[in-house]
Order: sequence, then C-alpha cells, then structure tokens
Amino acid sequence: MASSTRSPLTPSPVALIIGASSGIGEALAHRLAGDGYRLALVARRTDRLEQLAAALEAAAGPRLGPGCARVYAHDVTDYAAVPALFQKILAELGRLDVVVYNAGLLQPVGLDEYDFAKDRAMLEVNTLGALAWLNQAAQLFERQRAGHLVGISSVAGDRGRVGAPGYNTSKAALSTYLEALRNRLSRHGVHVLTVKPGFVRTEMLKTAARTFWVITPEQAAKDIAAAVRARRQVIYTPARWGLLMFVIRHIPSFVFRRLKF
Amino acid sequence: MTDLLPLDRLASLDNFGHSIKTVAYRYRPTQVAEIAELFRLAERNSLSVALRGSGRSYGDAALNAGQIVLDIQRMNRILEWDPGTGVIKVEPGVTLQQIWQYTLEDGYWPPVVSGTMFPTLGGALGMNIHGKNNWRAGTLGEHVLAFTALLPTGEEVTCTPEQNSDLFYSLIGSAGLLGVFTSITLKLKKIHSGNVRVSAWATPKLAGMLQDLDQFKADYDYIVGWVDGTNRNGRGQIHAADYLHGDEDTHPGKTLSLDYQTLPDTFFGLMPKSAMWFFMQFFMNNPGTWLVNTAKYWMSATLEHRKQYIQSLIAFNFLLDYVPNWERSYGRGGLIQYQSFLPLATGPDAYLEMLRRAQKRGLPTYLGVTKRHRPDKFLFTHAVDGYSLAMDYKVTNGNRARLQALANELNEIVLAAGGRFYFAKDSTLTVDVVARYLGDETLQRFRALKQRCDPHRLLQTDLYRRLLRPYVDGDAPAPSALVAASAAAD
Ligand SMILES: Cc1cc2nc3c(=O)[nH]c(=O)nc-3n(C[C@H](O)[C@H](O)[C@H](O)COP(=O)(O)OP(=O)(O)OC[C@H]3O[C@@H](n4cnc5c(N)ncnc54)[C@H](O)[C@@H]3O)c2cc1C
Ligand SMILES: NC(=O)c1ccc[n+]([C@@H]2O[C@H](COP(=O)([O-])OP(=O)(O)OC[C@H]3O[C@@H](n4cnc5c(N)ncnc54)[C@H](OP(=O)(O)O)[C@@H]3O)[C@@H](O)[C@H]2O)c1
Repeated sequence: MASSTRSPLTPSPVALIIGASSGIGEALAHRLAGDGYRLALVARRTDRLEQLAAALEAAAGPRLGPGCARVYAHDVTDYAAVPALFQKILAELGRLDVVVYNAGLLQPVGLDEYDFAKDRAMLEVNTLGALAWLNQAAQLFERQRAGHLVGISSVAGDRGRVGAPGYNTSKAALSTYLEALRNRLSRHGVHVLTVKPGFVRTEMLKTAARTFWVITPEQAAKDIAAAVRARRQVIYTPARWGLLMFVIRHIPSFVFRRLKF
Repeated sequence: MTDLLPLDRLASLDNFGHSIKTVAYRYRPTQVAEIAELFRLAERNSLSVALRGSGRSYGDAALNAGQIVLDIQRMNRILEWDPGTGVIKVEPGVTLQQIWQYTLEDGYWPPVVSGTMFPTLGGALGMNIHGKNNWRAGTLGEHVLAFTALLPTGEEVTCTPEQNSDLFYSLIGSAGLLGVFTSITLKLKKIHSGNVRVSAWATPKLAGMLQDLDQFKADYDYIVGWVDGTNRNGRGQIHAADYLHGDEDTHPGKTLSLDYQTLPDTFFGLMPKSAMWFFMQFFMNNPGTWLVNTAKYWMSATLEHRKQYIQSLIAFNFLLDYVPNWERSYGRGGLIQYQSFLPLATGPDAYLEMLRRAQKRGLPTYLGVTKRHRPDKFLFTHAVDGYSLAMDYKVTNGNRARLQALANELNEIVLAAGGRFYFAKDSTLTVDVVARYLGDETLQRFRALKQRCDPHRLLQTDLYRRLLRPYVDGDAPAPSALVAASAAAD
C-alpha cells in the first residue's frame, strides 16, 4: 500500500475553498496543495472540481495520501444547507486550518441601469453566502483557538462607484464583515485575512469594461498564500493597488461624483 | 436529512503529551441509554464515535478528529463494594484514584496500577494496562471478574472469563473499538499496610539492569528501571518494592488512611509543586537532560546505592503525579512516548541498539523506563515474556519529521527482535508494522469481531483509521501479502 508520510506527528493541514472551480479559487487550490494542505473544494460545477481534484491528487497524492482533495457540490445561495455540509466536511477531513470564501459573482450593469435581480444575485453570492459559511468557520476556529479565515473581497468594495453599485456594496459589506470577525476572533488566536484583488485574468474579468495591471490567478494565489503565512490583515493583489486605492479612498466626494468609472 | 450537531459541542481535545491536537464534538453522557442514542445519531449521519476516559493515552487512541467523542468521565459512580471479599463494581468513568481512595481504609489496593492514578477504569481496560508488577500480577484485565458492555449494535452483553469469553478477551485491550464498558467488576488486592519497602540500586549498564529485573523479580512485588537515555551504556537505577506483610507495619490504621497517602505540596520544602513544571522546562533539551541525568545517576550510585527505605504506596506508584502538569515542561510541541516490548533473549541487545540509534540521530530519549513482563491472552496483547522500554521524546515543530523517521528505524529493530507495541503509547506506528507484529490471525479475528459487534463501524478513533481500518474494510491487502510487498519494496 502506498503509505503516505502522514502520521499524527506530521499531520497535513486542511484548507476549505468555497468557490474553487475556476479562477483564483482553482489557482489557490494548486498553491495550497503544493504547500502541503489537503483540500475541500466547494462549488456548483462539479465536473470542473473533479478535474481539479484529480490533478491535485496526481501532483500531491504521493505526499499527502489518497483522498487529499475532496469535492463538494454546493450552491452558496442554499444557505440552509451550509451547516450540514460544514459538519460533513469537518468530519471527512478531520480538521480545518484555512477557510477561504472565494465564491463571487459580477453582473455588469449599465451606468443608468437599476436591476434588482442582478444586485440581489450579487449580494446573495458575494455577501450572504460568505456570512453563512464564515459564521460556521468562525465558531470552529474560536473553539480551536487557531485557524485562518480568508475572504476574497475586492478593491471594488473600497468605494461606491457609478459603474457597479450592487457589486461595490456586496464587497464593501464583505470587507466590513471580515473586519468585524477579525475584531471578534483575534483575541482567540484566529487570523482573519481580507484580500482585495485588482484585476485578475479569470472568467469574471471577461465582463469587465476597462482593465489594467492585470495579473494571473496564480500570481493572486501566491500573494494570498504568503499573506496567510504572514498573518496579514488586509492585502491588495497586486500590492500596488494598495497605493492607488489609498488615493482613490481619499478623493473627495465632490470630485468622485463627477468621475465616470 | 442530517442532524446538526451543535457547534457548541466542539472541543479541543489532545493526547496526554499535547503533541496531537484535534477538535471534535464532545458528549458527556451519564446514562447507558444516552450512549445508545449517540450510536444511532452517528449512524444516521455517517459519523463515528470514539470513547474517551481521562485522555491519558500518549497517542491518538482516544481522539476522533472532526467527529464525535464520547467522554465517559461523568459515569463515575461506585456501584458496589464488599470489604469482605475485596470485590468492587464501578461505572467506567471511575478512576484508579477514586478506587484506592475508596478502598484503602478497608485494606485493599488495585492489583495493577499505571504510573499515574488518573486513568478511568474504562480507559485502563480499553488498553488493558500493566504495572510495575506485570510479570507477577499480569494486566488489569486479569483481575476483572465481569463487565457489562454496550455494543454499537445496541446489544448489551455481560462478559466474564467463562461467559462470552471471546468478547471478554477481546473487548479488554481493544482500544475502545468493539464496545463500551458500562460497568466493571474487579477483584482488589488485600494489603496490610499503606507502605512499601523500597530498595534502590544503580546499574552502570543497560544489559545489567535488564538482567537484574529478571533475576530479582522473584524477590519483589514491583520492579522498575530508570534509564539515562543520554548515556551510551544506558546506565540507570532500579527501584524494587514489596508490600509489607502481617505485623511488619505497626500502625496499619495510620498508613492505610487517606491523610497519610498524600503527595507533598512543595518541593525542597519551598517550591510549590504547581510551579515545578515551569522550572523543569529549562532542562528539557539535550544538554539540560544530560546534566540532570548525570546528577541523578551519581546520586543513585552513591547516596542512594543499595539503600532501603519505606515509602507510601502512592508515592512509590504514582511518582509521575508528584508534579502536576509535568508534561507541560516539554514545551509547546509537547511529547510522545515510544514503548516496545521485547523477549528476554533479544531485549538487551536490541534495546541498547535503540538507545544508541536515538543518540546517533541527535534524539536521545529524555526519560527511559524499563519493566519486566509476561504474556497474556487478550486479543491485542502488548506484553511478552520479556522486557519493555518506554522512551519519552520532546516534540518540536522542527523535529517532527526526524522523530517519525527515528521511530521507523526503531520499529524495524523491534520487529527483527520479535517485539510488540502498545496502542496506549503509540503515535508513530504504520499500517504495515501493525500487520507484522499482530499477524494475520489476530487481524482476521479483529475483523470478524468488528463485523459482529460494530457492523456499521460506528466506533472509530484516529488510531483506528491510521492503523486498523485498512484491515477491517478490506481495502488493504491481507497482512501477509502486505508484509511481502513491503519487504519487496525495501
Ligand atoms: C504518566 C502516565 C503513566 C502511565 N503509565 C502506564 C503504565 O505504567 N502502564 C500502562 O499500561 N499504561 C500507562 N499509561 C497509559 C494509560 O494508563 C493508558 O493510556 C490508559 O488507557 C489511560 O486511561 P484513560 O482513562 O485516560 O483512557 P483514554 O486515554 O481516554 O482512553 C484509552 C482507550 O480506552 C478506550 N475507552 C475509554 N473508555 C472506554 C469505555 N468505557 N469502554 C471501552 N473503551 C473505552 C478509548 O477509546 C481509548 O482507546 C500511563 C499514562 C500516563 C499519562
Ligand atoms: N477576477 C477579478 O478581476 C477579480 C477582482 C477582484 C475580486 N475578485 C473576486 O475573486 C473571487 C474569485 O473570482 P474569479 O475572478 O476567480 O472568478 P471565477 O473564475 O468566475 O470564479 C468564481 C468562483 O465562484 C464560484 N461561484 C459563483 N457563484 C457561486 C454559487 N452560487 N455557488 C457556489 N459557487 C459559486 C464559482 O463556482 P461555480 O460557478 O462552479 O459554482 C467559481 O468557483 C470572486 O469573489 C471575485 O469577486 C475577482
């Protein structure tokens, strides 16, 4: 039998990624498996998750043992299903060290478009789903007095802009929620990381209007993994967005109101 | 439909040495009916249940990461006691401490005790513990007259060495994987004094120590060796003790009282013992241990050599309980123990080789303890007609992989010498090693018993999944095939 090198003395940590089937989530799965994590992969498109799990098993299986990546089909707007699925994942993988809420939805809207259905869909995936999942993880991590909670927010949450009111709101709410969790949980030894990507070349970006400083999902994943290790609180990826958003956050309203982005 | 287990039940649970950390849903039942209900809950939700007493096992035998842990400590009532016969019937959460404190004044003492008094009877029988009198008194299971157990099927069984004897000899020592002890009837030992007479002598070489353990065993009721793991020759010290007989104790009423059987509150008359572990931690490194061990050995070879003295039963038996939280002195990474059991003939050479191998790898054991054993007929018996050596190791984030590698090397020495291992102490064995020391027949029997007592595999622990599940669920090749395969791979 292929005896893996895992033993109680040398356990492998576990990361749960919600929204792992493409883009940043998928790249992060590869990165964390490379760092020795076993993985729980959650999303709707299970065919893609299965492919990802197979690739991860092929790459990391010999080191991490069989079953080192497990697939869970789930729509994050099915809030009622979250506690049971969380329980199942914890039981099947035995532990959780990192929980990444990455699921996200961007529905482009016109500059004068008001579409409640789109706004609602974004809030449901980007915000409410995050609350449903991270509430569970927070309680576990508080009790184990350890763990990394990671929320993939966005630079889009730093200001409300003419182009994306619903999306901005969903990410602003997520960032604020993560900050509150950090304030609640850091006293229990839990690390909470808010990630604010700029533009990342993924399926989501196809719908974006003007882009610049575009990075690959692998670059974003590398930054995120490093920030987890360093227990950073908030990161921009790529980092130069930090500076730009500092400026943007300080643009006075009378100017911001006249801008077209 | 899943039942949601309340997140409030999540608790951090670890091994005795604090080197293996888990989180699990902890339930603390008081009634057998609650246990039966939990089994059904687990079954409905494809979850498993681990039994846990005081959590004094050194490895992962009482852990069930991410799933249900049934902590039996609240089932701690003494049900019957007959001071005439020394027969006691207890619930499984009753500890060794509770028992001796209850029976001592009537002149009774547990026939077998571990180096700590905190284990529960359920946990102690789950492992079938031995004492420093193993070659003479056998394991604790040999003093059990009867027990009742709840099987995961819901069946309640009563077992004695005659009635349901297959279950009697397999539930005891099967690491909580076949059923839950719900009551235990034990025959205690009659004693005439709360004191023992202790003799101590230094042994400059390990081989000499083991020879003494064998040769002088007939003269004593207890015998145990301390080994200096930093020393090439495995020098050390033997302590041997006798119960006092008949009129040897002039004040039995006094020595058999609880007031007399206390451990001191301070060390050297001034250091509160609760602070002791804190100071010990500064010596928990290779040079520090060398220093302490060297001082200790020279004391044993000079002042203490060939000395006889009188000591209370608990001071002699529960030396380790002297220092509360002593295991904390091993630091944040905690500790593990590596214990193996070797036959008389191969023990001396193999143990010396193991001590030296550990030294060569820069991982000398900080505490080595030897005992003399005899075989017993329980399913997963760890004992042999020979010796055991227990080696304690400090765990750090930097040495985990090296420790595991050392354990793998030591396993090979033990197997080549025809030795055995003990689940209560294990955190480094691997699937193939288990097959090689337990053998085909034992594993097949366990598989059949698991099928009979627990067809839905409700009783599981981290240790079970690590070492035994592959044989039960059949996704592992037969043990013999596995042995052949691993031999071919080398
Ligand atoms: C300082 C120290 C010294 C020790 N010295 C010795 C020694 O000299 N000799 C020796 O043999 N051991 C020794 N041990 C080991 C210890 O005695 C055993 O690990 C014992 O099993 C601990 O009992 P516990 O109540 O803590 O059980 P746990 O560690 O909680 O559980 C032990 C096993 O029993 C099972 N179990 C628990 N309750 C039940 C139940 N009701 N029914 C069925 N199964 C159950 C568990 O699932 C587990 O597999 C020592 C341990 C320490 C910490
Ligand atoms: N790309 C960028 O430029 C950029 C910039 C800033 C922030 N972000 C954020 O980064 C995160 C990842 O986005 P990405 O760029 O990698 O886009 P992506 O490739 O579209 O990935 C989105 C992920 O979310 C999952 N998801 C979406 N809706 C879901 C639902 N209802 N239920 C379950 N899972 C759902 C998707 O899985 P299924 O579809 O299989 O369910 C997919 O795994 C998002 O939160 C996004 O807002 C991206």
